[in-house]
Amino acid sequence: MDKSQSTGLLFEISHKGRRCHLLPDCDVPTKTSAELLDKKYLSNDPTHLPEMAEIDIVRHFVNLSTKNMAIDCNFYPLGSCTMKYNPKRHERLGSLSGLAHVHPLQDDQTCQGMLEILWEMQNYLAEIAGLDGVSLQPAAGAQGELTALLVAAAYFRDKKEKRTKVLIPDSAHGTNPASAAIAGFDTITIKSNARGRVDMEDLISKIDSQTAVFMITNPNTLGLFDEQIVQITELIHKAGGLVYLDGANMNAILGITRPGDFGADMMHYNVHKTFTGPHGAGGPGSGPIAVRKQLIPFLPAPLIIKTTEGFKLDYDRPKSIGRVRSFFGNVGILLRGYFYIRTLGPDGLKQVSQNAVLNANYLLSLVKEAFDVPHGDRCMHEFVASARTLRRDKKISAMDIGKRLLDYGYHAPTVYFPLVVSEAMMMEPTETESKETLDHFAKTLIKIRDEDADFLHDAPHTLDISRPDEVKAAKEPMLRWKK
Amino acid sequence: MPYLLNTPDDKNEMLKSIGASSIDDLFSNIPESVRLKRPLDIPKALTEIELTRHIDRLANSNLSADSAVCFLGGGSYDHFIPAVVDMVASRSEFYTAYTPYQAEASQGSLQAFYEFQTMISQLTAMDISNSSLYEAGSGLAEAILMAMSVTGRMGKVLVAESVHPEYRLSFTTYLANLEPTVVTVSCPEGKICLNDLASKLDETVSCVIVQHPNFFGNLEEVEEIAKLVHSKGALFIVAYDPISLGILKKPGDYDADIAVAEGQCLGNPMIYGGPYLGLLSCKEAFVRKIPGRLVGQTVDRKGKRCWVLTLQTREQHIRREKATSNICTNQGLFALRAAVFLAAIGPKGLTETAELCFRKAHFLMDLLCKIPGVKPKFNLPFFKEFTIELPCNAQMVINSLIEDGILAGLSQGRWSKDLANVMTIAVTEKRTRSELENYAAAFGAAVTAASSQEKSKALKS
Ligand SMILES: Cc1ncc(COP(=O)(O)O)c(C=O)c1O
Repeated sequence: MDKSQSTGLLFEISHKGRRCHLLPDCDVPTKTSAELLDKKYLSNDPTHLPEMAEIDIVRHFVNLSTKNMAIDCNFYPLGSCTMKYNPKRHERLGSLSGLAHVHPLQDDQTCQGMLEILWEMQNYLAEIAGLDGVSLQPAAGAQGELTALLVAAAYFRDKKEKRTKVLIPDSAHGTNPASAAIAGFDTITIKSNARGRVDMEDLISKIDSQTAVFMITNPNTLGLFDEQIVQITELIHKAGGLVYLDGANMNAILGITRPGDFGADMMHYNVHKTFTGPHGAGGPGSGPIAVRKQLIPFLPAPLIIKTTEGFKLDYDRPKSIGRVRSFFGNVGILLRGYFYIRTLGPDGLKQVSQNAVLNANYLLSLVKEAFDVPHGDRCMHEFVASARTLRRDKKISAMDIGKRLLDYGYHAPTVYFPLVVSEAMMMEPTETESKETLDHFAKTLIKIRDEDADFLHDAPHTLDISRPDEVKAAKEPMLRWKK
Repeated sequence: MPYLLNTPDDKNEMLKSIGASSIDDLFSNIPESVRLKRPLDIPKALTEIELTRHIDRLANSNLSADSAVCFLGGGSYDHFIPAVVDMVASRSEFYTAYTPYQAEASQGSLQAFYEFQTMISQLTAMDISNSSLYEAGSGLAEAILMAMSVTGRMGKVLVAESVHPEYRLSFTTYLANLEPTVVTVSCPEGKICLNDLASKLDETVSCVIVQHPNFFGNLEEVEEIAKLVHSKGALFIVAYDPISLGILKKPGDYDADIAVAEGQCLGNPMIYGGPYLGLLSCKEAFVRKIPGRLVGQTVDRKGKRCWVLTLQTREQHIRREKATSNICTNQGLFALRAAVFLAAIGPKGLTETAELCFRKAHFLMDLLCKIPGVKPKFNLPFFKEFTIELPCNAQMVINSLIEDGILAGLSQGRWSKDLANVMTIAVTEKRTRSELENYAAAFGAAVTAASSQEKSKALKS
C-alpha cells in the first residue's frame, strides 16, 4: 500500500487560499494595528507559511509518521537510551486540563494540586538517589549536568577554594565534557582499563588539589557496574573534590543501590529514560538533579517547600546559582515520571531494574557466541558487543548490521558509542520486552551475521529510503526549503 | 506488576541460559556495603483506577485556564491550540520514537523537523533555524555562547533591563564562570535607553540582547538598535514573540543576527512552565556555530531526496568539550507541534490571530484606564501585553480577582520592589468582549476595595 499521499514538503503541497484554522470576527470596536501603530513597526511583507486545509495536514503528518520506527511498533534496543514502553495512562493524565492548562506564573494558592505532585516528586527522587535535596528545574540530562557543575563551582567559591578541574572517564557521554566546559572547568580524561572500569592508576595520578569534580556514569556506558566505586569516591573526597553521578543508567539500580550510598554527592536523572517520559523523536526530556545536604543552598531557585499554609515556591535562596531556564521545569515529563513511580511503588521499581538486568544478560547470553563482547559475559541493563572480528574477516561493520536490522523491523543498537570499543553495538533491551522478542531478535542478529557482505553494505533494502549521503548533507548544507 | 512480562518460568529459563543461579547473582558486582537493605521509602503501588482518582482530585484543585479566565503572560500564553495539533502529536510513531539517528527509520520525524526549520525561518525572515532548544531563557544563553564564538569577543554581553527577568537570570547563570560580564542597559521609560546603550557599547561587546515586544509588552526601537549594535561590530540578538510576527516586522527585516523565541505559543499547553521549546534562527554565515540539532536535506544511494541529522561535528557526541553546546535531548515533539500549528494557522491565520490579540489588548487597556487611579505605566506602543499602574498594590487586586475566577495578570512587584503597584496583562485571541468587560468591572471593584483597605491600614498605623 502506498502511504506517500501528501508527503511532499508542506511548501510543495501548499495551495494558495486554503485555510485550516479559522478565527472569529473581531468583536471589539478598537482600531487596527495599521491605524494605531507607526508604520516602522509593521511588516509590509506577508509571512511565507504554507496554506493548507485540515485534511491535507492530517494526511501529510499521519503518512509521514508511518515512516518512523517507534516503541509502539518496534523493538528498539538502543543502548544508553532506555527505550522502554510509554504507558498510555500517562498521556491521558498528563493532558488533564487541571494540569495542562496551568500557567507557570499563577499564584501558589491557585495550583496547590500541581505543587503537591511536584513536591512529592522532589522527595521521591531524593529517596531513590539516597541524597538530600532535589531541583526539578533542568530540562534534560545535559542541563542537569551543567546545573550540578555550576552548583559545585558555587560551593567551592563559597568555601574560597579554587578548583579548576573536572575528571571524566573516556567512556563518558559527550555531554559530560561539554557541560564541564560551559561551567568553566578544564576537563581531564581518565582512562578505562581492560575490564572497562576506571583505570585506578590513571585516576590517582590525576587527582590533585585542583580537582573539583569527578563525573562517573555507574553503571557505566559499557553496562558495567564499577565495583571500585567506594574506593573512587573516598579518593575524591579525601582530595576535597565532589563526585557526580551521570544517572542515565539508573534503570539498572532502582531500589538496589543508591548513588548517595556509594558516595556520589550529586547526580542527574533522565526522567525521559528511567521513568519513561516518551522520547518524542528527540525530546522533551527532564533532567532533575539530586545533591547532598551541603550543596542544597546552591541549587537553582525556586524549590517547593511545604508550610503550614500549604505548598510554596521558595525563591528566598541567597546562595543559589540562580536559574538555568525560565519557569519551573519540564513539568509534563516530571508528571509522567510521577505517574510511573506511583504506579510501580517501591517493589515495582526494584523489579524494573531486576528485569532490565535479567533481559540484558539474557540477550547477552544469546549473542555472545556470535559476536565479540569485549567486556565479559555479565552486564547490568545493557552491554556493548563489537563487530570488530566481522569487520576484519568479512568487512561487515556495526553500521551494516544496524542498518540490516531495520529491514527486519528492529531498531538498530547504538553504534560507535562508547568510543572506547571499536565497532561498538550497544544494546539495551529494557524490562518491558518479552523473552520471545529477545529470542527473535538474537536469531535475527545471528542470521544477519551470516548474510552476504555486499548485501549488508547496501542495507536497508525495504525501507522508504536507502542509506543517505551524509557527506553531501554536511558539505552542501541544505537546512531549509527554498523556492 | 504492570509493564513487566517475564513469568517465573521465563525467568528460570533465562537464568539457565545466562548461567546464573538467581537474579541477585546478576548484581554481584555491586558491593554488599552499598546495597539498599530496605524497600525504597515511597508510597505503595497504585492501580490505574486508583492513580486516576488521585490525579483527578489534585488536578481539579488547580485553577486552570480552562476553569478561569487567563490574563497571565510573561512568556507563557493562553492561545488556542487547534485539535489537529494534539491529534498529530498523539501519533505513537512520533511520540514514542527516539532521536532520529537512524535516518532510514526516521524519515517521518526528520522531514517534519526540516519543515519546522523552514517555517521558523520563514516566520522570522532569517536564513536558518535549528530544530529546537529547551526554551527561551537557556536559548538566549546558547545564542550568547554562539555570539562569543562568532565575534571572538570575551568582554561584555549587554542586555536590556526590559528583557524577561527569568531569561536574564538564566543566561547570567550559564555565564557565571566564563569570561564575559553581563552588563544591563537601563530602560527608565519602559524600553531600552539608546544613550545608555551607546555609552556601554564598545569593541569588547560580543552581543546585545533585546526583547521585542519586551517584558512590559512595549515595542522596542529595533531598527535603531540594530544599527547602533552593528556599528561596533557586535551581534544583535532579539527575543521575539512568534505570534507578534503576524503584524510586526520580522527579525530578518531589521537585521537581527540571532533571533530567539519561546515557542510555547505555537500550539503548546502552558503546563506550569514546560516542556516548551526554544526557537533559534540566525544568519547563514554562522551555520557552523549554531547549537543543537540540525536536519539537512540530501539524497539516498538511489538519488531519492531524504533528510538526515547533519553538521554533527558541532555537537557534544563528537566534539565533546569543544562542542558549540552541551545540548543533546531537545524538544522534538514540541517542534513537531509547532510545525503542525504553523501549517494549520497559515499566513492569514497568523495575521488574524495577531490582529485579534492586538485589538483586544488595546480595548482592555482603554477599559481599565477608565477606572479612577488606573493609568498606563508607559506611553509606548504595545502588542498583546501591556503594563498599567494602579492606585494600590497590584498583588492585592490579583488575589481578590481569583475569587471571580480570573487569573488577572502579573504583579511587577514580584521582580522589582518599587513596581508593587504595577501590573502587566496579556490578552490572547481567545478572550471575548464580554470576558474583557467583566474583567474590567471586577478589576474596578477590586481596585476600589484594595485602595480603601490600604487607606484604612494607613490610618490605623
Ligand atoms: C550516559 C548519558 N549521559 C548523559 C546523557 C544526556 O542526557 P540528555 O539527552 O537528557 O540531555 C545521555 C543521553 O543522551 C546519556 O546516555
